[in-house]
Amino acid sequence: MFELVEISKRYGDRQALHPTSLRLASGTTYAIVGPSGCGKSTLLRLMIGLISPDSGHILFENKPLSEHNVQVLRHQIGLVIQEGGLFPHLTARANVTLMAGYLGWPADRIERRVRQVAELTQFPQDGLERYPAQLSGGQRQRTSLMRALMLDPDLLLLDEPLGALDPLTRFQLQTELRDIFRQLQKTVVLVTHDMGEAAYLGDSLILLREGRMVQQGTIDELLDRPADPFVSSFLHAHRSPLEEREA
Amino acid sequence: MRWIAVVLGLLLLACVPLSCRPRPEIAIGSKKFTESVILGEIVSQLADSCQVTAHHYRELGGTRLLFDALRNGDIDIYPEYSGTIVQEILAGERLLDDQAMRAALQQRGIGISRPLGFNNTYALAMHEDTAEDLGITTISDLAAHPQLRLRFSNEFMDRADGWPGLRQRYDFPQRDVKGMDHDLAYRQLDAGMVDVIDAYTTDAKIEFYNLRLLQDDRRHFPRYDAVLLYRANLADRQPEFMETLRQISGRIAEPTIRAMNSRTELDGVTETQVAVDFLQSSLGIHTQVEPDSVARRIVRHTREHLDLVRKSLIPAILVAIPLGIWAARQPATGQIILATVGVVQTIPALALLVMLMTPVNLLGLSSLGDGSITAVVALFLYSLLPIVRNTATGLRDISPPLRESAIALGLPATARLRLIELPLASPTILAGVKTAAVINIGFATLGALIGAGGYGQPILTGIRLNSTALILEGALPAAALALLTQGLFELAQGWLIPQGLRLKASS
Repeated sequence: MFELVEISKRYGDRQALHPTSLRLASGTTYAIVGPSGCGKSTLLRLMIGLISPDSGHILFENKPLSEHNVQVLRHQIGLVIQEGGLFPHLTARANVTLMAGYLGWPADRIERRVRQVAELTQFPQDGLERYPAQLSGGQRQRTSLMRALMLDPDLLLLDEPLGALDPLTRFQLQTELRDIFRQLQKTVVLVTHDMGEAAYLGDSLILLREGRMVQQGTIDELLDRPADPFVSSFLHAHRSPLEEREA
Repeated sequence: MRWIAVVLGLLLLACVPLSCRPRPEIAIGSKKFTESVILGEIVSQLADSCQVTAHHYRELGGTRLLFDALRNGDIDIYPEYSGTIVQEILAGERLLDDQAMRAALQQRGIGISRPLGFNNTYALAMHEDTAEDLGITTISDLAAHPQLRLRFSNEFMDRADGWPGLRQRYDFPQRDVKGMDHDLAYRQLDAGMVDVIDAYTTDAKIEFYNLRLLQDDRRHFPRYDAVLLYRANLADRQPEFMETLRQISGRIAEPTIRAMNSRTELDGVTETQVAVDFLQSSLGIHTQVEPDSVARRIVRHTREHLDLVRKSLIPAILVAIPLGIWAARQPATGQIILATVGVVQTIPALALLVMLMTPVNLLGLSSLGDGSITAVVALFLYSLLPIVRNTATGLRDISPPLRESAIALGLPATARLRLIELPLASPTILAGVKTAAVINIGFATLGALIGAGGYGQPILTGIRLNSTALILEGALPAAALALLTQGLFELAQGWLIPQGLRLKASS
């Protein structure tokens, strides 16, 4: 349903993304992982048209993404970024309903949909009237997720959505996100630098390094048949406190 | 919705006429010094005695401004001096006699009265004691004392018959020569801070400060016979008034005018009262003076001041915010816009007013008096910079994640501006408007230079008469108005800035 064909992006002297092709199948959760500066955020920004590729093209449901249709396509894509990107002058409810209101949805339809997404993300009803500054970090991310889901998009893009949260909240939200993704059966692209999170949430993992795709596959494929020594070293580059005690 | 209400409210406020004084049948002008104001008042009282409605625009900015106003028809008559006409106003024409001067004025549609009876020429003045010590009696004697500090009024510094001509004629050795406000110069002379100043021969302060007028031994200064300049059509429009006006020709001798100047400047009698007394005693003409209490004056000045502020500030807000948006969108154009409104800020007030008078007149708008479009346009221009700059900065400083979140939602550019960017920038924009309002209230005192009144009027008169009470009568309400405006903006912030932006982050 979403296809990137030989797209590349250069910032000045730096090739942020070498020509890369990628097919996203419906209902699958993709986790793009890699170290800082590997091009994972660039890839995501290209998908929603925040930047345009220097070469190649992007097909969304077999239609090429262009200046003319990008505005409408964005209504079918939900985006969640680190720290939420919530508008501080709007309440949680106003943030969530901004686009629906702009598109002229009737009030009762908006209300129904808000209740649905609030339930789905387990967002407390009384938090809807609060401003972002009055919400906790976890609640802000839930609000951002509600906003992304409001128009019932076909594609959900998440750019380090849990990056700024404390470990406990992060752990809890990871669990909830997996439930939500399974429930919704949407195509999801998650960008993260945390291998554990990628393995936990992603059906398919895409490992990037210096603007190139190193390997794509399930966690088992990556563990059992690494395409490159880098894949193995990245998979093992994390610590657990239990290790310390055993050592 | 709130913002639409604000814009509509502002438009309404800018357009509603608060005062609509009709143009008087005769508009009289006078210069910024007491003698001119007294002569203007005499003309004004004469008009009253003929049952003609007249308005006296006192203390206008300068000779050029007055003469242009007369030619444009903003005023009908004002007191002038023959020397100024020949040496300054029509300097390019090299007029040799009165006949030639009369003809040159006639060509411009301007008539000239017979001399009023006194010659108020320029003179150089020194403190009597200093002059005695140094043995100086003539201007030529100054050549032997190069250490003397010379301070001349700004107009004297610029005029062909002032300092430039005087220096050529006498070949002065002094290095320390500067321009200074005339009234300040007297005080500095008295305090011993300066040595030589320019003075008028009919000046009341000469005796008061015990000054010696230096003899013009090389006959540099021409005669400055007081006359009235008027629009040629005035004789047809107001024949009875013109007939009455002729009676004062030759009736104001030098001791008479010096006594009148002295009554106002030293005894604190109003120019109006002095004029009434003169007409009564010399010509037997009785006129009434309306009593004018301090409270009534303050109310009048407040109304005039607020009128200038609202007519200039509100259009400035409505123009500057879109300019700021434009500047934020296109940084290259933005540089040009900001540089342009910045340069306007550096033009001195009087220069800007004189520059604006001609275009304002070509458009057929009133350039003098209350509701003076000239003053309004000048204030409008002065108010642009803070608003344009803050709007552009406020929009540019929105964090990239928020900007991109709005794009990613699929909002078109205009909706992003309205729903996201302007609300986010609103605290900065409002701060710019507040700065502009306070600057505007301060600058609006310049309205007095052009007859628009306001708090600048008592300040101007107070400086001229060395009256602290009068200066405070303008300065205190102006400061109070600025503070009040600050306070109103604090209140408006609570209403206009989205609540979410006024919260501190919780974690």
